[in-house]
Amino acid sequence: MIEWMKRFFGGPTSSTTAKERLRLVLMTDHLALAPEIIADMKRDLIEVISRYVEVDRENVEVNFEQEDRVLAMLANIPITSVNRPAPPPEPPAYAAAPNVASPGAQAATASNGGPPPRRRRRKKPATQSPATAH
Amino acid sequence: MAMHQPVPDEVAAPAAVKLGRAIVITSGKGGVGKTTTTANLGTALAQRGARVALVDADVGLRNLDIVLGLESRVKFHLLDVLEEKAALDEALVRDKHSESLVLLAAAQAREKEEVDTDRMRALIAALRERCDYVLIDCPAGIELGFKNAIAGADEAIVVCTPEVSAVRDVDRVVGLLGNRFKPQLIINRLRPQLVKKGKMLSVEDVNAILRLPLLGVIADEPEIIITTNKGEPLALRRDGETANAYHTIAARVAGEDVPAPAPELRESLMDKLGSFFGGRRA
Repeated sequence: MIEWMKRFFGGPTSSTTAKERLRLVLMTDHLALAPEIIADMKRDLIEVISRYVEVDRENVEVNFEQEDRVLAMLANIPITSVNRPAPPPEPPAYAAAPNVASPGAQAATASNGGPPPRRRRRKKPATQSPATAH
Repeated sequence: MAMHQPVPDEVAAPAAVKLGRAIVITSGKGGVGKTTTTANLGTALAQRGARVALVDADVGLRNLDIVLGLESRVKFHLLDVLEEKAALDEALVRDKHSESLVLLAAAQAREKEEVDTDRMRALIAALRERCDYVLIDCPAGIELGFKNAIAGADEAIVVCTPEVSAVRDVDRVVGLLGNRFKPQLIINRLRPQLVKKGKMLSVEDVNAILRLPLLGVIADEPEIIITTNKGEPLALRRDGETANAYHTIAARVAGEDVPAPAPELRESLMDKLGSFFGGRRA
């Protein structure tokens, strides 16, 4: 009866669940990366782009799509301002830049103030360099 | 090697040798119906008049002879031939039902690691000289047994059931096969009623992920279990939807331009009532 009610009100069917699980599992299979690495990658991506333009961090979307057996990463990154928050070449300059002109950029850097805790634990020197700058 | 010894006239290669096609039937995951598919596709191709050799490459877990009902006729096996303990013609078992079908059984008491890849390749090449089709029943897994099974093949048919695990494994296997094998897909054990109720992945769901040329879809039919029990492949019959599906797949493998078979939804009155009252699908 509960099953019947669920179906009547349009709850997800088990095949929908299967489809979604399959999509996700293949995504990570193809990337050969763990899900938390994808989250880290998204964060780093935002960080890099924020050096050049001001980004609406709340509405950044990073998705992976498969097209003819090729996996593509599609990032939708809304830009709120093209004012440079900081000089681009040196990441440490950005990290310690609360004195930039745009208030939006200030908020963005402020929200990035503390180093992400998970990244600290990861023993990957390549991705750790911006975090250790703090 | 033993396989180069003279062969009886009726199976000897013609003067202008046109090599047969060597097709490996694989899936990655076990239990999706590779062996049943091999037996039925081989039978259906033989019923069309083609000369077919079935090779059970699942060394250690010999099953193809059982499905074909030939277990009592097996005297020598794959490793006997590879190790030159038996000539190829001694080891090939002629099918009970189909004149032009022969089986090379796997060794039961041996291990996959004992197969020499180069010799396996040479064996398949020898079979291609005398047959139109060499179907290789691949073991589950992606280790040495898989590598030996695909060694001599130049095409692949992947068998997948509408399950997350099976699709994932096929995806992996197709990645390992690469483009050389031009893999084609058979979706096995589909239950149209469950698909309609949203309780099973559909053909479209599976192939939206795999994106492979679809040879056909086989329903999850009790008949397949019954015919396997008896050792008489379903494709010996000419009636019934599932038997016909195998014949249509065989026609497609042979290059005929016929649509891929898909099981029809047969609804009982109760199903219709059920879908009338609770029919909304998400």
